[in-house]
Formats: sequence, structure tokens, C-alpha cells
Amino acid sequence: MWLVKLSWKNIWRNKNRSMITIAAIFFAVILSVVTSSLQDGIFNNLVRNIVSFYTGYAQVHKKGYWDEQVLDNSFRASPQVARTILKNSNITAVTPRLESFALISSGDVTKGGLVVGIDPEKENDITLLKRKLVQGRYLSDKDRSVLIAQGLADRLKLMINDTVVLIGQGYHGAMAAGKYPVSGIVKFGSPDLNERVLFMPISTATDLYGADGMATTYILSVRDIAKLQSTASSVRSSLGADYETMTWEQIMPEVEQHIKADTNSMKYIQGILYLLICFGIFGTLLMVMVERKYEMGMLIAIGMKKGRLVVLLMFESMFTVLIGCILGILVSIPIVYYLNKYPLRIGGETAKAYEKFGFEAVFPTSTDPSNFITQGLIVMGVGLILSLYPIYKIIRLDPVTAMKH
Amino acid sequence: MADIEKEAANKETVIDAHNISKVYNPDTIPVYAVNNVHLHLLKGEFTALVGPSGSGKTTLLNLIGGLDKPDSGNIYINGVDITQLSSGELIDFRLKNIGFVFQSFNLIPVLTAKENVEFIMLLQGANQSQRDIRIKQLFSQIQLEDKLDARPAQLSGGQQQRVAVARALASMPRFVLADEPTANLDSQSASNLLDIMAKLNEEEGITFLFSTHDQRVIDRARRVIRLVDGKIVSDSAAVATEHA
Repeated sequence: MWLVKLSWKNIWRNKNRSMITIAAIFFAVILSVVTSSLQDGIFNNLVRNIVSFYTGYAQVHKKGYWDEQVLDNSFRASPQVARTILKNSNITAVTPRLESFALISSGDVTKGGLVVGIDPEKENDITLLKRKLVQGRYLSDKDRSVLIAQGLADRLKLMINDTVVLIGQGYHGAMAAGKYPVSGIVKFGSPDLNERVLFMPISTATDLYGADGMATTYILSVRDIAKLQSTASSVRSSLGADYETMTWEQIMPEVEQHIKADTNSMKYIQGILYLLICFGIFGTLLMVMVERKYEMGMLIAIGMKKGRLVVLLMFESMFTVLIGCILGILVSIPIVYYLNKYPLRIGGETAKAYEKFGFEAVFPTSTDPSNFITQGLIVMGVGLILSLYPIYKIIRLDPVTAMKH
Repeated sequence: MADIEKEAANKETVIDAHNISKVYNPDTIPVYAVNNVHLHLLKGEFTALVGPSGSGKTTLLNLIGGLDKPDSGNIYINGVDITQLSSGELIDFRLKNIGFVFQSFNLIPVLTAKENVEFIMLLQGANQSQRDIRIKQLFSQIQLEDKLDARPAQLSGGQQQRVAVARALASMPRFVLADEPTANLDSQSASNLLDIMAKLNEEEGITFLFSTHDQRVIDRARRVIRLVDGKIVSDSAAVATEHA
């Protein structure tokens, strides 16, 4: 106990030096927590944006549908399937879709497009489709009308209440044809979707394609994204071999690769940050050793075992690092929460580029507590590892040589 | 002569150094800091090690104090050959057997006078009551009962050195090694310190070995050993024995 007391007193014997070390750790923790939270926040936002675009966090199809996306690979959308999926506590919502291609025509203009039969309310719960409405009204369950993407509407010169004609191949080779009024226009950031997608209630779509009670996809929404993989595995095993369950990473591997590449480059940036922290802490430790070399030699001379001296210095390092870390975490909490509530916004060309892809150019931080804990522990670990240097010097310290200086 | 020899024979030997040498730069230009020195110190001696700068006083003290190892020879402290001890064993040996007083006091600045003295006893594992009794006794001996809670920076040089003496004695060592203890003190403080050490020597039989340039210390010493170029050139104890 007296060693603890002595180490605490020693920290404050040279207030400036200790404050420099604590400040180095303090700012390091703030920087690394904010950087890491920002990185996580950006990626979470990116995923959320992509998921809310269209795919959902996970999808269930009939086995083989993803490789051959045709109506004949649809499945019967029985309430039992949805109930089985919803048994997993991490799944918050499930909505069916019937997706197929058709020729979409208005007047003398025809274009190929993706027809998506949806449950309007449930779809909105997961992909926030209603928010993308720029004109007209949203669909209801019994509607015999359609929502059309803005780019496609422009190509077909369609306005609200105009009629659109759909011609395609139905279930099991049947002919699919119908005409529907346009009740609303939706705008997607993704040019791909914006140029070719058309939504209608799933009941209308099954009528059009002669696929009564069928669906091609179940879109899943999850509570905890971190448990997505285990949730998908659980759904996979509970539905059996007739179905395939895919996460958004499997549906869009290019996005996952992009995130991984960005995460790696962020790791380099954090590595440089940690290196700077190391220099800061190491510099002050060098000062400590030079300043107190004589005293340490004297302590060994009068009978203090090197092991005890090591413990003393370990306590000093631990206290210093701990103070810096705790203060850093305490100060970074409001910063991270503030940046979560009032995210960084980017303007100019970058913002336009983001908006083009359907993302708002805002970068909120993640408030995940693990960021604070992990970064705090990393900086603390760095500090404690660096404190091994004085320990190494003490082990090699010769009292006579030390006391000559 | 017979009486002195008899008195010496009755006294316990504290330090017994045989043929000790310490050479620096042995492979290039050898410098003998201590050259084939024999030293025999009895319990209760009050001895000054004198000589010009570079004569090897501090090196000899370091060797006797187990801070450094001789290149040749043996040093027995209370019968233990300290040249054979490992560095870890030497630290333990120093803690239990040797008190150190340094020229520049070397008190721990963040501790009070009392805590500085207590520090050695904590290293020894003494319990609270043992520490309290010893501290009271020591501060009374160094006449600083009113400065128990003062930090070193709040004490004069002389007072700091008295605390350093108390710290050296806290572990109840076999002997005290003091390297130029009065070098940084004014005359009055040096005189007070010497009075205290002489009293401790006379009344409690504590053995002191000083290295010093200070004539006041030399005058108070009962035995003076003169060192030149690492060799003992005179020893008043030997002269006294011869004259007797």
C-alpha cells in the first residue's frame, strides 16, 4: 500500500511532466475514440443507406433463386414461413416481395423494368419507401395502381394518374399483361434503381403474373446488426434446405469489399495515431528516467530491491495512463454523442456525388460503447507496454553508475 | 600495547577487507582506483577516510558498501564475504547491515522527514508500532522532533543531512558509510551534524566510516586513514598501536 501512496506522490512531484504525459494520453484517447466512432458511424450509415435502398439486412428466397432470378423460382408465401422467420428474436420485421421483369410502356415509349410487388406498410417499415415519394401518394394493400421511379417516369413521360402498361412473362410461362394508373413517383439515389423500378401491391403483382400466393423474396429487418450472421444462420437452419438465406454482404459483396478496404486504410491512420501517442508517452518516460536516474540509483543503494522499484514505476505509469484514459473517455463521450446528434455534413461536389448514389453526405458517429472501451484499452495497453522501457532500464541499473550522474 | 591489543581483540570486527583492488580501463590504460587495500574496522569505530580528490575514497566506500565489486580481494562484513553475493543478495544485505549517508542528502522529495526515515523500515517490513517507536527515538537523537512532517524542501541543508543520518540508522545497521557528509553544509550545520554522529557513536556504539576532505570531520575522528592513489598511506590506528 505504501508503494501505491509513494507512486501517487511521485506522479505529482513534477506536475508539468505528468501533465504532459496525461495530456498526451488524454488527447490520444479522444482522437482515437472519435476517429473510431466516426469510422463505425460512417459504415453503419452506409450500410443503413444501402439496406434502406432496397435489399434489407437479409433476404430469404427459394433455394436457387439468387443464381436464377425467375418467377418459377418463387415460393408460396405462407404465414407459417413468416412466423418461422420471426421466431428469431433479432428479427424485427419481415415483408414479402414478388419481383420480376416486364416491358413497361406508356404511349409509344417502352422500356424494360423491374416490377416489385410489395406489402406497402411492411415494406415501408423496412426500406422506408414512403420517404422516397416525391409526387403523388403512397400505395395501400388493395391498390390496383403503381409507384414508379422518377427516372423511369421521365423516360416514359408519365405523370400522376397516367396509365402504364406492363407486358411480361408470368408464372410457369403464362402471359402477364395489365394496365395500371400511376399513384406516385419515388426517387432513388441509385441511378440503376431510379431508371427501372416500379412498385405495386403484392396482390396486384400476383394477379399480373398469375402467381397467386407466391413470393420471390422475404426481406428481413434486424434489431442488432452485429448479430446478423448468427441470425442468418439461425433462420437458415430453421427454414431448412428448401430456402436460401442471404445477408446484405452476400447480396452486395462489392459494398462489403469497399467497407473492408476503407476499414483497412482507417487502420493505417489509427496506426499512425498510435505511433504519435507512443512518441508522446515515450518522450516523457525518457525524461523520467533521466531526471530520476540518480534517485533510483540511491534507492537501490540504500536497499530497495529492483523488483519493488519496478512495481513503484509500474504503479506510476498505471496511474498516469489511467488518469489520461479516463479523462479522455469522459470528454470523448459528449463529443461523440454531439457528433451523433449533429453529424458532420459535407457540401459541394462530394455531397452531390453522395446524393447521386442516394446517400445524404452526413457522417454521424457511432455511440457504440465498445468504441470507448476498446480505444481506451488500446491506449492504456500502449502506455503500459511503453512503461516496460523504464523497467528494462531499472533492471540494468547499476547504482554506482547512476549516482555518478 | 597489551591493553590496546586486548581491547581490539574484545571488539567485534565489522569490516575486514583483504587485498582489495579496483581497476578501471584494465585493457587500455589501467587506473587503480583502489590498489591492494587491507582494511580492518571494529565495532564502534569513528573513522575518517581522507585523501585528495581521485585518491579512491568513494570507490573504497562503494566497495565496502557492496555497491561495487572489487576486481580482486575479499570484503567480509560481519563474517560474510560480500564479494561472493549476487546483486540481489547485496541489495538485501545493504538494507539489513549498512546505513548510507550521501553528500547531497538524497532524501525523497515527495515524502516528509518522518516518511523518509520510515521508508527504510517499510522496506524491511517493520510493523507500525516498531516504526513509530524507532522514529520517535531517531528524531529525538537528531533533535528534529518538531520537523517530522516537514518536506525536505522545507528543511535546511543541515536538517536534511540529520534526517539522512536518521534514515541511515533506521534499519539498525552494523555500520554507517558516509560519503563527504559535511561537504554541502555550512560550519554550524556541519558542527551540529558531527556532534550528533559523535554522540550516536559514543552512546550507542554505532560504527561510522566517513570519506571526507573536511578538517572538522578529521579532527573529530578517532581514527584517520589516509588514501593516496588508491593505497592506504597512513592509518592512525596502526600508528597508535605501534606507539603503544
